[in-house]
Amino acid sequence: MFSYCADPESLGTIAWFSCFLTTGVHLSFYLAFFKVLGLLAVTAPVALAFGFIGAMTARSHFLPLSLIGRAYIAIVRGVPDIAFFMFFVIALDQAFEWTRHKLLCPEWTQPIRQGNDFIVCAAAKLPLGTAPQWVHESYAFFLALITFSIVFGAFAANVLYGAMRAVPRAQIETAEAYGMTHRQSFWRILVPQMWVYALPGLSNLWMVLIKATPLLFLLGLEDIVYWARELGGTKTPKFTDYPHGDWRMWYFLALLIFYLGCTRVSEVLLERLMKRLTHGQATLGGEAQRKAAA
Amino acid sequence: MSCWQTLQDYGLRSIGIGERLLPRSDFTLCEHFVLIGSGMIWNIYFGVLALITGFFLATALAVAKASPHKWVRKPAEWFIFLFRGSPLFIQFFFAYFFFLSLKSQYAFFSPFTAAWLGALIVLFLNTAAYSGEIFYGALRSVPRGDAEAADAYGMSGWPRFRRIIWPTMLRLAWPAYTNEAIFLFHATTLVFFSGFPAWQQRGDALYYASYFADKTFNPFIPYPILAMYFILFTLVIVTVFGLVNKRLNRHLPTERRTRLRFRPNLLR
Repeated sequence: MFSYCADPESLGTIAWFSCFLTTGVHLSFYLAFFKVLGLLAVTAPVALAFGFIGAMTARSHFLPLSLIGRAYIAIVRGVPDIAFFMFFVIALDQAFEWTRHKLLCPEWTQPIRQGNDFIVCAAAKLPLGTAPQWVHESYAFFLALITFSIVFGAFAANVLYGAMRAVPRAQIETAEAYGMTHRQSFWRILVPQMWVYALPGLSNLWMVLIKATPLLFLLGLEDIVYWARELGGTKTPKFTDYPHGDWRMWYFLALLIFYLGCTRVSEVLLERLMKRLTHGQATLGGEAQRKAAA
Repeated sequence: MSCWQTLQDYGLRSIGIGERLLPRSDFTLCEHFVLIGSGMIWNIYFGVLALITGFFLATALAVAKASPHKWVRKPAEWFIFLFRGSPLFIQFFFAYFFFLSLKSQYAFFSPFTAAWLGALIVLFLNTAAYSGEIFYGALRSVPRGDAEAADAYGMSGWPRFRRIIWPTMLRLAWPAYTNEAIFLFHATTLVFFSGFPAWQQRGDALYYASYFADKTFNPFIPYPILAMYFILFTLVIVTVFGLVNKRLNRHLPTERRTRLRFRPNLLR
């Protein structure tokens, strides 16, 4: 990185670290932090959308649809999440490949499951065997993203379902008295008011989502946990210009601090958001705000 | 090979009793059930011990966090923030490598790098932090009248806490604490995926489930079996905690009792 890094052995402690911490692999490590933040930025809205759809389905007046919505919420919540993560990544991958297999190779007659193997024709492989490396990596990331969204969608569905039921009944009755249809009262009365009831649950969920990101490692991605293990391990002078002992403990300490920082920042921001959302609501908090202003 | 034979061979495999080699091919459904069930021993071990030991530290933390003295309150607040604000997964990794580096200097720490002790300590501290926060919340909502009644009877210090404050705190915290227990039980599946090695392939339920999934490329059998076991044990926890809840609420009229609601706290 810097010009004086040519001969690390001759450097003082500070200069040595400035060189060591800016090596190519370390830059990949820093990039992995953005991967985590990117995952959070994409998963949160997608999971929220899934949750909204899930909650709407669970509230449906059409029984089978309502049962599907409730089952989605119940199953995901009753089982350790990590099991879900590990299940969905394989299951989704196989589902995609199977669908492509059916579409692209209709002439294929052999069974897909042969003993212990899952075999699809070469054209149906995802990603294609000839695809460049970055496609493989982003495909894995994409699978992880869907998995996170499905699991957190169920959690969000549960929160939103509760929030929709927490909106005072009188509000809906008023809407009906004004002659609004079911759909109108849902979108114009229920949805704008439910957020204040949903926010405590959703902010809890956001914290949980932050803390779930290291599970990316289990899904086989080169995330921060992967790099911390790789970079921290003992390095001998034979293979690197920067030999050091087993520093994995320090790398994980850095990750721990990173996550604590994320939590703290989120806490402060969510607190502010709650203040804004409470404004003008028919709740104790809203009433207190109104009185303080008057 | 009959299923009975499989049970004898692999029923206690996770604690090192029985057949040494895991099945390598032609997996039967019976093997799935037995081996994953055998792994549950570890989940129960971690869950029960961490919960029991964590309970005491959690009570102490809650009292410390509610203390008016800054020097008592601040450490408790920091402890709770540290363990609740970071992922359990990273805590496991950090603890493992921390114990590993201690082990290289003092031989005394070598059992700490094994899952049975090292991971248990992390789970103990972690659940203490989460339950401590729950108990702290409950402690703050103990009705003022209860404390005043205790004062009126001339109770103070330890008897006041032990006989008045603590039972009410537990009663109020119990529904949330039940969820914490379920949540902790689910979290025990992380142990063998986070640095702590499964010595001689003695792992927990998820370890064996993923072993099968890796070998057969078929996630549709082992994971649902795992899910079944977990749902079963979750029901056991709910039942046991429900009985305790009943006892804690026995002096109250029916409508004022706190109800248990199954509401697991996701993952940590």
